Amino acid sequence: MMPIIFVVPIVQLIILVHAATFEMKDIRMSVIDLDMSQSSRQMISKFQGSPFFRIAHTSFSYREAGNEMKKGNVDVILQIPLGFEKNLAKEKKSKVQIVINAINGTSAGLVSAYSLMILQDFNRALIVEWMSPATMAATRNIKVIPLYWYNPKLNYKTFMVPGILVLLVTIIGLLLSGMNIVREKEIGTIEQINVTPIRKIQFIAGKLIPFWIIALFELTFGLVVGKLLFNIPMIGNLWLIFLSAGIYIFVILGFGLLISTMTNTQQQSMLVAFFFMVIFILMSGLFTSIESMPNWAQQLDRLNPIAYFIRIMRMVMLKGSSFQDIQESLYSLVVYAFGIISIAIWRYRKVT
Amino acid sequence: MTQVSISVKAVTRKYGTHPALDAISFDVKKGELFGFIGPDGAGKTTLFRILTTLLLPDEGEATVEGLDVVKDYKKIRRIIGYMPGKFSLYMDLTVEENLKFYATIFGTTIEENYHLIKAIYSQIEPFRKRKAGQLSGGMKQKLALSCALIHKPVLLFLDEPTTGVDAVSRMEFWDMLKRLKEGGITILVSTPYMDEASLCDRVALIQDGKILQLSTPQQVVDHFPYELYNVSSGDIYNLLADLRNYPGMMSCYAFGQAAHISFIKETFRETHLRDFLKEKEHNQLTIEPINPNIEDCFMELMNR
Repeated sequence: MMPIIFVVPIVQLIILVHAATFEMKDIRMSVIDLDMSQSSRQMISKFQGSPFFRIAHTSFSYREAGNEMKKGNVDVILQIPLGFEKNLAKEKKSKVQIVINAINGTSAGLVSAYSLMILQDFNRALIVEWMSPATMAATRNIKVIPLYWYNPKLNYKTFMVPGILVLLVTIIGLLLSGMNIVREKEIGTIEQINVTPIRKIQFIAGKLIPFWIIALFELTFGLVVGKLLFNIPMIGNLWLIFLSAGIYIFVILGFGLLISTMTNTQQQSMLVAFFFMVIFILMSGLFTSIESMPNWAQQLDRLNPIAYFIRIMRMVMLKGSSFQDIQESLYSLVVYAFGIISIAIWRYRKVT
Repeated sequence: MTQVSISVKAVTRKYGTHPALDAISFDVKKGELFGFIGPDGAGKTTLFRILTTLLLPDEGEATVEGLDVVKDYKKIRRIIGYMPGKFSLYMDLTVEENLKFYATIFGTTIEENYHLIKAIYSQIEPFRKRKAGQLSGGMKQKLALSCALIHKPVLLFLDEPTTGVDAVSRMEFWDMLKRLKEGGITILVSTPYMDEASLCDRVALIQDGKILQLSTPQQVVDHFPYELYNVSSGDIYNLLADLRNYPGMMSCYAFGQAAHISFIKETFRETHLRDFLKEKEHNQLTIEPINPNIEDCFMELMNR
């Protein structure tokens, strides 16, 4: 047990934080430049110059480029049509085609966003170049500079670490408590306990408190690892993090114990725990943003304890939110903890 | 006046449609060593679980020391000791930790009631730092009994305590029970071993959720309605088959390396059976009258 408790957080943090990143580097691009003009070359060099794209293939045939994509050698095709520069000069507008391999929707979205960014940049350069000096002064002022608050470099590690710490505490808490009572049922020790005058609330409390301490310890350990290895910012109050974590762990343990009282074998309990865990994690806002979910899913997320806690963790750790800022989520967790533990106590039957 | 410790009236418990206990009724007197004898699946554990308030009866009512098993379950749990058939102490706690744990749950200490368990616990005390899971079967059973006794119960429920325990340990265990009984504790014990029945004050033979007979072991034997003979030959397999075809036979079953065969009283003629078996080419024949034991009675009752 002890090695698991120590090894799991380190491995999870190191592997997940590096692997579960949304940054895309080295997007392989196939270029079909039919125009062969100065402008088209300028555009291609813009792509080449960005850290995201690498020209992996050039040709003059769309079919050939398509085949390369089919083989999986390129991720995106950029086609610059004949007359690109001419149209640009004459009609002040022109077209290019970008074909993206969208097997992975998330990465396709990113490739598209990166490409648009580069095209816009190119556009701006053109405007500056072709405008007469008189009109130039007027347009030069309009420039969009994106500014990312609380995570200025859009560092995904910073963004992921709080979420992964939440996952860590959740997995440990849910599985430990979920296996617990059901394990006593399997071994038969519960039989001996049930004939004693021990009260239900005492029994459940005896199960909750040790796991609560273990889970909080895990979180502390994870925070230390996160600070030392990834230097994640901890802007907010550390005590606020632990207060929220303490409440959140009660919710998770209560959930696990409830599962444990309702199942008869560890296998059943494991399956049920995983079922809820996967749904809760995927809907937690860790990998996808909750705001982009359909409305019904957002409503359903009110029942998702992980979503509350990830929100709190990110707000406090990255943004330095105060108690007032997170109190709504915090109170929701308190209500959740009371509710779920009460149900677990009520569901635990000493008599069948 | 003898006081009643346990009173069970028409208790029924079904699993699905199959009745594990079928309108069972009996009384146990205070200070009695009462045995439930029956094969696996007879309903012994179900009955014990109802009396220890772990299971609710579907019908009927039962009282333990005057307390209703459904309404007063909290009070009952304070005064009984229960040793389930399966070893159910914490395997990863040591002997001493287990005992201390159960003493604490009942709000007592080992020191306070040490005199109760001394005779039993002193035998495993040298191993008190050993994990319960690493004990031998006999030691586990002594520990379980110690834990069941630590809160000074007035009533002890032992569900198949000697199953899976060697013969010497079994005898030791029954000696301990006798001593506990002398201390005034009422003991309810179930066992699939017929030979242990004669060690009880009274026994109930139970099968398919019904009590076949309830009396003292001596009475059970006295009530055996037939004459019983022990027959053996060189070929036990065919002997059984042939005996079952013998006219006038009431019951016949294997008993160790011999066959037990019963006849209605004063109808048996030994020479006739001898001739019958010789005709079937059996040799090394021995035929002798024997007194029935509990097992014979049980086999006879089951076949009725």
